[in-house]
Amino acid sequence: MTTDKNNGLAPGQASSAEMSSARQDEHEAHGGVVAGRARQGMFGVRGSGDTSGYGGLTLPAYVPAPAQRPYGGWFDEVSDELLAAMRERGIPVEAIQQVTVDRGEITYYVRREHLLALCRTLRDDPALRFELCSSVSGVDYGTEVAQRLHAVYHLTSMTYRRRIRLEVAVDVDDAHIPSVVEVYPTADWQEREAWDMFGIIFDGHPALTRILMPDDWDGHPQRKDYPLGGIPVEYKGGAEIPPPDQRRAYS
Amino acid sequence: MTRRQQGNTEPAHTVGSGTADTVSDATNSADPYAATARETTEGRVYTVTGGDWDSLIEDWKHDERIVVNMGPQHPSTHGVLRLVLELEGEVVTQARSVIGYLHTGIEKNCEYRTWTQGVTFVTRADYLAPLFNEAAYCLATEKLLGITAPRRAQVIRVLLMELNRCSSHLVAIATGGMELGALTGMTAGFREREEVLHLLEFLTGLRMNHAFIRPGGVAQDLPEGYHTKIRDFLKVMDSRLPDYDKLLTGQPIWKQRLQNVGYLPLDGCLQLGVTGPILRCAGLEWDLRKVEPYCGYEEYDFEVPTSTDADCYARYLLRVEEIHQSLKIVAQCLDKLEPGPVMVEDPKVAWPAKLSIGNDGLGNSLEYVRKIMGQSMESLIHHFKLVTEGFAVPPGQVYSSVESPRGELGYHLVSDGGTRPMRVHIRDPSFINLQSMPAMSEGGLVADVIAAVASIDPVMGGVDR
Repeated sequence: MTTDKNNGLAPGQASSAEMSSARQDEHEAHGGVVAGRARQGMFGVRGSGDTSGYGGLTLPAYVPAPAQRPYGGWFDEVSDELLAAMRERGIPVEAIQQVTVDRGEITYYVRREHLLALCRTLRDDPALRFELCSSVSGVDYGTEVAQRLHAVYHLTSMTYRRRIRLEVAVDVDDAHIPSVVEVYPTADWQEREAWDMFGIIFDGHPALTRILMPDDWDGHPQRKDYPLGGIPVEYKGGAEIPPPDQRRAYS
Repeated sequence: MTRRQQGNTEPAHTVGSGTADTVSDATNSADPYAATARETTEGRVYTVTGGDWDSLIEDWKHDERIVVNMGPQHPSTHGVLRLVLELEGEVVTQARSVIGYLHTGIEKNCEYRTWTQGVTFVTRADYLAPLFNEAAYCLATEKLLGITAPRRAQVIRVLLMELNRCSSHLVAIATGGMELGALTGMTAGFREREEVLHLLEFLTGLRMNHAFIRPGGVAQDLPEGYHTKIRDFLKVMDSRLPDYDKLLTGQPIWKQRLQNVGYLPLDGCLQLGVTGPILRCAGLEWDLRKVEPYCGYEEYDFEVPTSTDADCYARYLLRVEEIHQSLKIVAQCLDKLEPGPVMVEDPKVAWPAKLSIGNDGLGNSLEYVRKIMGQSMESLIHHFKLVTEGFAVPPGQVYSSVESPRGELGYHLVSDGGTRPMRVHIRDPSFINLQSMPAMSEGGLVADVIAAVASIDPVMGGVDR
């Protein structure tokens, strides 16, 4: 797949361009990543009569477009070094599903089988040296998205002052991702939080228990199909507005 | 009670009556204190004698292991943090922290509000560093939007953040002092913090939870007379900060409680992801204001203090020095503040209302209300749409971080193209740094756990979010 748009552009420019829907289907057929939901209508209002005339308008779900070489800046250098280090350590090239450069940040979409080996490589290789795992967060892209649960790792190289992002997408029925605690002990609580909030199971974690919610809690609160909850807000004079998750949304 | 006495009283403890023939003589020779038993018409009857205290104490010497729950305590110390300590005597063999008591679902709530409303939520996460949360969130949102706040707004942000850093460090010293029994340190710290809060109230309208920094700039310009107020504040601080050195820095008790306590070297910091003062005390000059400047920090002249002692005392000294450096930056901000807009020009992002002070306090300015209600229907529609619906943010994700008083405060924002965030993740430094508590306190004394936790300076609002 080629998108000549990205060629020769600095990172952050145009690489976030959305793909046409035909191209998106092709992208998904190749196992590409979907990061958003499809939209219908114009103003995001649902459950009321269409008076705008734009109700038939549909927008495909956002898919991060794969970046084309050259990525720009130090992104190429890091990617080259990473590929070389992977070759050295016998990690197949397919471990990296897709590379996206967007808004000056580089994202490696990684297949979960190779996540741990990749992290070890990124931390230990002298040309990469991502010593610090800044953040591990879960993201739920909603029920209608395939591989809706993502685990996002932000790695920082203090030696070279660079940041990269690794992202692993899994299905909700098979939400298993290898734990990176043995490489980055700081991921301990962050993985527990992602388990607690999203139900991502980090295999090999020393003690994957709930951390923010009580131990006997049911469900994973930050999933999109878990309700926010809340009560109506009353105002003087009897006016009442519904709880936040039942108010009209334009999103 | 001696053994002999116990032996003499034995008949008195005998339960039940009946034949006086004893089986106890035989057992007594093996263990004089074992309970004896004999059969009676009413079943088996045991004769229980007193325990052997000497042997009991002898056992305890080797297995004096108890598990203690510390906290959750009053929020004026370190909030609702519960520490589970396994003690052998006074030595901590294992320490674990239990968190979640202040979980308020800020991240989830943000997904049900507009991007601008999100500021109101994130400012309540780390309540001692509200302006850092706002700034980091807004920087991330602006990165998603592809906009930059105007220069005056950037300088105001730096000004507010550095004032906030002072107040946060002062609380760290104050609560730390209180937990160690240095109550004058507490009153002094809270007194100076009050000065900062008064100033912040004057500048932003609120003492805490300001919601002043907004995507695209800041909510409004600084009030008239801010220059004098800030100058006065700097004078007060310059006169009072030496008191901390007089009161605490050289004080023998303070030093004995803190020096060589809560040691965490650099490799430990990196593995545990610890950033901020703890990392800089371990010897690495890692301050995001220097290594990844944002809001124009590269233009300011300030030092990043470091130390190699990696103990609680070094962290105390470093916080005091950082207050001095922050005041230096605040003074530079005053010179850099030039007239100009404080919000981006784009009317599709900038908050439409113009605020002014009326008889009943701050509110929409009369001219503005007159315009949207009486003259321009389009302005009214625009106002209504932007306030209720919010602005749409192009899909994608960003990670943006600032150096908060406690370390790297990062925001991972994901947008699906709508007017509400898809995901707001707060990488809160308190949350990450608190993981280092066992490494700092295991093997030390119980009293040192207090000093170690105080030197981490966890804010539970940020830890639990």
